[in-house]
Amino acid sequence: MATNTQIPVADRRVPVIAPGHTFSTITEKISNIVLKRPISLGWIFGFLIVFSMMNMLMVALGYLFFKGTGIWGINIPIGWGFAIVNFVWWIGIGHAGTLISAILALLRQTWRNSINRFAEAMTLFAVACAGIFPLAHTGRPWLAYWLFPYPNSMRYWPNFRSPLVWDVFAVSTYLTISLVFWFMGLIPDLATLRDRAENPWLQRIYGLLAMGWRGSARHWHRYETAYLLLAGLATPLVLSVHTVVSFDFAVGVVPGWHTTIFPPYFVAGAIYSGFAMVLCLAIPIRVIYRLQDFITERHLENAAKVMLATGLIVAYGYGMEAFMGWYSGSKTDSFLLWNRLHGPYRFWYLALLSCNIGIPQVLWLRKFRVSTGWLWLISFVVLVGMWLERFIIVVVSLSRDFLTSSWGMYYPTKWDWMTFFGTIGMFLTFMWLFVRVLPMISIFELRTLLPEAHAEEITEVKN
Amino acid sequence: MEEHKTKPASSKAGPDVCPTKRKQLDFAAVKEQIEDTTGPEYWRSLEELAGSEEFQEMMHREFPKGASEWLDDFSRRGFLKTMGASLALAGLTGCTRMPDTEIVPYVRQPENVVPGRPKFYATAFTLGGYASPILVESHMFRPTKVEGNPQHPASLGGTDVYAQASILDLYDPDRAQNITYLGDVRSWNALTEALRGPMNAEKGMAGGGVRILTQTVTSPTLAGQIRDYIQANPMAKWHVYEPINRDNVVEGAKLAFGEPVETRYDLSKADVIVSLDADFLYAGFPGSARYTHDFAARRNPDANMNRLYVIESTPSSTGMKADHRLPMRAADLESFARALAVKVGANSGAVLLFGQQGKYSETISADLKNHHGSSAVIVGDHQPPAVHALAHAMNQSLGNVGKTVFYTEPVDANPVNRNESLRALVQDMRGGKVDVLLILGGNPVYDTPADSEFASTLESNAVGLKLYLGSHRNETAEYCQWHIPEAHYLESWSDARAYDGMVSIIQPLIEPLYGGRTAHEMIAVLSGQSGVTGHDQVQTYWQKQHPGTEFDAFWRKSLHDGFIEGTTYAAKNVSLKGGGAPASQSAAPAANAGSYEINFRRDPSVYDGRFSNNGWLQELPKPLTKLTWDNPIMIGPAMAERLKLNFKDVAELEFNGKKVKGAIWIQAGHPDNSITVFFGYGRTRAGRIGTGTGFDVYPLRSSQTPWFGSGAQLRPTGDTFQLASTQGYQTMETPDGSTRPLVQERSLEEYKKEPNFAKEDEPPAELTLYKAPHDYSKETYSWGMAIDLNACVGCNNCIVACQSENNIAVVGKEQTLKGRHMHWLRVDAYYNGPRDNPKGFFQPVPCMQCENAPCELVCPVQATLHSTEGLNDMVYNRCVGTRYCSNNCPYKVRRFNFLLFQDWETPQFKLMRNPDVTVRSRGVMEKCTYCVQRISERRIDAERDDTTIKEADLQTACQQSCPANAIVFGNLNDPNSQVNKWKAQPRNYSLLAELNTRPRTTYLAEVRNPNPELEESRA
Repeated sequence: MATNTQIPVADRRVPVIAPGHTFSTITEKISNIVLKRPISLGWIFGFLIVFSMMNMLMVALGYLFFKGTGIWGINIPIGWGFAIVNFVWWIGIGHAGTLISAILALLRQTWRNSINRFAEAMTLFAVACAGIFPLAHTGRPWLAYWLFPYPNSMRYWPNFRSPLVWDVFAVSTYLTISLVFWFMGLIPDLATLRDRAENPWLQRIYGLLAMGWRGSARHWHRYETAYLLLAGLATPLVLSVHTVVSFDFAVGVVPGWHTTIFPPYFVAGAIYSGFAMVLCLAIPIRVIYRLQDFITERHLENAAKVMLATGLIVAYGYGMEAFMGWYSGSKTDSFLLWNRLHGPYRFWYLALLSCNIGIPQVLWLRKFRVSTGWLWLISFVVLVGMWLERFIIVVVSLSRDFLTSSWGMYYPTKWDWMTFFGTIGMFLTFMWLFVRVLPMISIFELRTLLPEAHAEEITEVKN
Repeated sequence: MEEHKTKPASSKAGPDVCPTKRKQLDFAAVKEQIEDTTGPEYWRSLEELAGSEEFQEMMHREFPKGASEWLDDFSRRGFLKTMGASLALAGLTGCTRMPDTEIVPYVRQPENVVPGRPKFYATAFTLGGYASPILVESHMFRPTKVEGNPQHPASLGGTDVYAQASILDLYDPDRAQNITYLGDVRSWNALTEALRGPMNAEKGMAGGGVRILTQTVTSPTLAGQIRDYIQANPMAKWHVYEPINRDNVVEGAKLAFGEPVETRYDLSKADVIVSLDADFLYAGFPGSARYTHDFAARRNPDANMNRLYVIESTPSSTGMKADHRLPMRAADLESFARALAVKVGANSGAVLLFGQQGKYSETISADLKNHHGSSAVIVGDHQPPAVHALAHAMNQSLGNVGKTVFYTEPVDANPVNRNESLRALVQDMRGGKVDVLLILGGNPVYDTPADSEFASTLESNAVGLKLYLGSHRNETAEYCQWHIPEAHYLESWSDARAYDGMVSIIQPLIEPLYGGRTAHEMIAVLSGQSGVTGHDQVQTYWQKQHPGTEFDAFWRKSLHDGFIEGTTYAAKNVSLKGGGAPASQSAAPAANAGSYEINFRRDPSVYDGRFSNNGWLQELPKPLTKLTWDNPIMIGPAMAERLKLNFKDVAELEFNGKKVKGAIWIQAGHPDNSITVFFGYGRTRAGRIGTGTGFDVYPLRSSQTPWFGSGAQLRPTGDTFQLASTQGYQTMETPDGSTRPLVQERSLEEYKKEPNFAKEDEPPAELTLYKAPHDYSKETYSWGMAIDLNACVGCNNCIVACQSENNIAVVGKEQTLKGRHMHWLRVDAYYNGPRDNPKGFFQPVPCMQCENAPCELVCPVQATLHSTEGLNDMVYNRCVGTRYCSNNCPYKVRRFNFLLFQDWETPQFKLMRNPDVTVRSRGVMEKCTYCVQRISERRIDAERDDTTIKEADLQTACQQSCPANAIVFGNLNDPNSQVNKWKAQPRNYSLLAELNTRPRTTYLAEVRNPNPELEESRA
C-alpha cells in the first residue's frame, strides 16, 4: 500500500513521523516496549487500580444476576437507565477504531498509521464493554440468547421488526469484523515480535499468533488485498452500527426518540466521542512510552479537527431537534424542549450543551489543537458530554412523555455507578495489558512512512 | 351461584390443639452445651437441639410470644421473604392448622365439585357493623375473590375496596395463631376451664363484674346472645366503642326527632344533591356502593342529569365529582347549613354570609327549592349533631322525606353514644368494678381517644380478668391476659345488617386457618354453654324468628341468596320535634393567630387502622393524593405558602397539648387555615406490613373533639420524609398554558351544543403502506372496553379487584417510591383550575389493548403479540425483560418485575391466588389482559354448548366490582353489545388518538352540570 503517498519531507506541516528514524529504530523502539522494557512500578500500580475497578464490575454484575435489574435505579416509566446509556456511549467510542483503520485507509490518510493499531484495540475493548449491557439489562439474562435467530424446538423466531434484534446483528457483526481486521493487521508485527523475542516461550506464543508469516512478497500481496477488502467491508459498518443503535430510539413513539435525524446524528456523535477517546488515551501514552516521534502534533491536530467537525454535526442535530419541536406544532414535542431546558434535568442538559457544543469550539484555535494538556482536557469534556447526551436522550425523554400521571424521575443507584465505572475499569485493564503484550503502533505500517520506503519513487522523481 | 355447604372445607380436621406441656428447657444448660463445642460439632449439637422435644416445646412457647420479631426493622420487601421463614417456624410448633390436602384423587367425586371450576357462595363483609353483601369465589374450597352480590339492593354487584381486599386478611400470615394466656399457648378447653370459676362467681353477683366491649354490632344473633346474657345477669354491661363511629348521626337524629333513626337516601330520584361534608361515594360511608350506583346512573348527560354540590372540609373523591365544590372549614359548615336551612324555610333566624359562601348558599337554596321533593341534603358523620338536625329539617321542608330520604329503625343493634359508653367503662374499670372484661374485636388500646385513658387503665391491674378476641396479636392483645384469635368472617358463621337493615347470613367458606373463634362462641362460653358453634347460634336465632315447617327451605334460600327476604327496615314516620336546631358549642372557631383547625378523618386505605396489615390496601393509592404506605398532614396550598412548607417536609403538629410529627402533603382544594390528618397509621403491633407505617394521630384526638377542633399548631421541623405517591404530577396543563386532552370535560350546556367535543380524528387507516395485520371484523369476538368518566367516582375498587383477580404483587414502600408499583389498572387523578378549589378528574387506565400496539413492534422476542380477538397478549414465558415495550407504551400501563416481587414461599398466599392466572417471576413484564382467563373460561363453556359468549356472562374484574357501572366490556363484533352502544356515543374518545394506536379501550368524556349562576361568579 501507500504507493503514491506524499513524501513526508516535502510536507511543510509537522511531519507524521519525526526525522531521524530508520527502519530499524522504528522496529526497535516499538518492539522494545513489549519485549525489553521492564515492568515499571507505575504500570503495576495503575494496573491494580484498573483491575480492581474491573472486579467491581464483576461484583456488580454478579449481584445483578442474583437479584435482578431492580438493584438499578430504573423504574416505570424509565425502563432504560445507565445500562442503555453506557451501551450507546461505549458503542460510540468503539467507532473511532474502524473509522481510522478502514475509512482513513481507503482515503489514503497515512497519518493514521501510527494510531490505527491502538484505536482498533480501543474499539474492540469498547465494544466488549458495550456488549455487556444489552445482556445485563434484560430481566432474565439467562434467556437473552432468544434474541438470536437459532433453530429451536419452539419453532419461534425473534421479532425481526424489533430494533433490538437489529442491534444484535449490527453489534455482533461489528465486533467480528473489528476483531478480524485488528488481528489481521497484527500478523506482520507478531512475526516481528516472534523474530525478536529471546524468551523461547514468547517466541512460541508470538509464533503461533503470527500464523506462519514470513514476509514473502506473496504474503504481502495477499495481505494487502485482504486488508483492502476488509477495509471495504468495515467502512459501511462504521455508518451502520450507530445508525441501527439510533433506531432503538427513532423507531419508538416516545417524544425525544421519534425523530428521523437520529441516524446521522448518532454516527457523528459516535465518531466525535471515538476521537475524544483516542486523544484521551494517545496523549498520555505517547508521553509515558516516549512515542512523541511517532504520534506527533500532526496526529493530535488532525484528530482535533475531526472532533471539531463531528462536534458541529452534533450541534446541528441539537439545533434540528429544537427546531422540529417548535415546527411540528405537536404539544408533546414542544414540551420536550421546554422540559429539557426547564425540567428537573435542566442542569444536565445545559452541561451537555456546554460540553458538546460550547467548550469544543476552542478547537478552532490552533493553540488548543496542539497543546496536549488542553486537548486532553477538551477530549475528556467531550467524552462526558457525549455520555450526558445519551443520558438526556434515554432518561430524560422517558421521564416525561405523554401522560402526566405517569411521569417519573430516575435516580441511579450505587450499582448503576459501579457497573459504569466497572466497565471503564475493564476497558482500561485491557488497554493496560494491550500496551505491554502487543505492539501498540503498527511497526510495518509506520515503516512505510519513512523516506526509505519510497526510495524508488524518489529516484523516479529525480529522473 | 351454588348451593351453600355447611362444611365447605375438608371434613377431616387437622391437629387442633397444641401438644401438652413438656419438660421445660434449661436455657443456661443449652448455652453451656453449645459453648463447649466448636466447628462441625457445634452445628451438629445445634441440630440435635432443634430436634429435641424440649426445643420443640421452647419454640412452641416462644413463638407466639415472639412479639420482638414484629418490631424488627424488616424492609417491606424483606417481609415477603421472612414470611417463609416464620411459617417454617410455625410449622415447627405444629400449631398452625392448614386445610388438609388430599394427595390422592377422589375415588368418588363429591357432587358439584369439579376441579378447576370455581364455586360462589353468598356471605357478607362488615365494616363499622354495616354489611356489604358479597359473593365469594371459591376454588377447591379456597376463597380467592370477593364480588358484589348483584341481587342485594345494597350492592347491585358493586363492592368497596375494603370488601375486595378482605380476602388478603384471611390469609394474612401475621394473624394470631394460638389462644394464649400471658403469651403462653393454651387450648380452648383451658380457656373454658379458666373461665368457669370466675363466671360462676359472677353468676352470684348477677354478672356485676362482667363487662363486654364490642364494636358496632348489627348482628341480630350476637345482639340477641348478649341481651340474653345480660337478662340472665342483669348487672353485666355491654359497652360499644368504634373509633369511626356515627355518634353525631345518632345524636343529630335524636335532636331532630327524639329517636335515633337511621337515614337512608334514594339518590336515583334526587335531581339535586347537597353534601355537607359527606363523602358518600367512598367506602366506609354506609351504603356507599348503592349510593354510588344510583348517583352514577343519574350522571348520564343525555338523560335527566343530577347536580351535586359538595361543601367539605377535606377534599374527597366525592367532592372532586361535584358540579360545584366549596371548601370550607368544618367549624364554618354549621353556619352555612343554618343559612341554607333558613333560606329553604326549614329554620328561623337570620344568618349573614358574605362573599362566596353567601353566593353559594343563595344559589344552592334556590336550586333546592326548585327541586321540591327531588333533592337530598346529606351530612357527613363528622359534622356535629346540629348540622344533622338542620339537614333533617331541610329535607323535611323540601318534601324529600318519603321520596329521596327515608327514616328507619337504626341498623346498629345498640345505638349508644360510643364515647360515653367508653367513658362509663373506663370509670367502672378504674373503680375496680370490673372483674371480667371481654373485648370482642376492635383494637381499643390503639384507637380510643387519648383522654379516655382506656389503654392505661387496661394496662393497670384495675381489671381482674381481661380477655381479648382479636385477629392479630396487636396493641390490645398485649394488655390482656387471654388472647383468643378471632376467626375471619370467611371462616365464621354470623349475620349482619346492611345499611337498609336487610340481614345477610355470614357463612364460612373455609375452616378457620388458625383455629379462630367468633364472638358468638365467646358469648356462649360466658353463658356457660361451651361447645355451641356459631352455626348453631345463628341457626337457632333464625329458627326462633322463623318458626314453622319450612325453615329448612327458608334457611337454604337465605344462604343461597345472601340475604333474608323481608328484613329490610320499612320507612318510618317520624316528626320533627320543632324548635329548630340549637347551635352546637363547637360552632365558634377560635380565631387566634397561628392556630388552625384540625380535622380527623378515616384513612381511605386503612380505615381506622384495622387494615394496616393488608398489603393491598397499604399500597392502594389514596384517591386524591395517590399516596401509599403513609398518612400525611394535609394542608391547603395557601397555608403551605405562608408557612413555607413544601411536600414531604416534616412538621410538628400540636393539638390538645399532644404533639405528633408527620410529613406535609399540600392538597389542592383543601380549605385554608385547616389541617387534616388520617387515622390508622403509626401502629406498633400491626404485623410485618403495618407496623411502623405513618404516624399515629389518635393521641391528638379527644372525646370532646372527635372529628375536628380548633387551636392546632403546626411548626416546620426542617426534616423531610419520603412519601410514596404513585402519581407525581396531577396536572394536565402544559407550560404554554394549554391543557393536554387527557380527561376531556365540558359543561352540560356546552355538551348539548357540541356533543362530540372529545372526538379527535384518528389518522385514517389507509394512510399507511402496510396492510392491516388482521381483519378483526371477521372474527366471532373482538373485545373492547369503554369507561364512562362521568360515572367514575374514583373509589379505587377496580384497582383492588384487579389485584385480587390477577395475583398482582405488593412491592412495598421502598419500591413504590422508585416507581415500581405493579397495579395493572390505575386511576389517574388530575386537578384543573385554581389550586385552592380546582376541578378534580378521575381516569381509570387499564391497558388500552391498542390495535396498532407500539409495544408489540419493539419486543425483540415476540413476547407480546396480538390475538385474533384483538387482545394484546403478554407471553410471560417468552419475555426476557428488555422493558422496551414499556418504554414504547404511551400509556405506561406495563409493569415490570424488577425484582422477585411475588411471594413464592408463603403457603397461605399460595392458597389465596387465583389458580387461573400465572404468578409472575422476576424479570418479566406484565400488564392488564382484559382478564383473558375469564374470556377463555367463558369461551370454553360457550363452545361446549355450541353457542357464543353472552354479554351478561362475561365481565372483567374491574367492571364487575365497579359500583358506578362506569366500565363496560364486551364484543365489538356484536352490534347489540353494550360496549358498542357506548362507543357509538358522541362522548366517546380515544386517549392519545393522534398516535394512531387505535386503542380498544376508549373513554366517554366527562360532562358536568354546573349551575349557570355559580358558573358566572366563578368565571
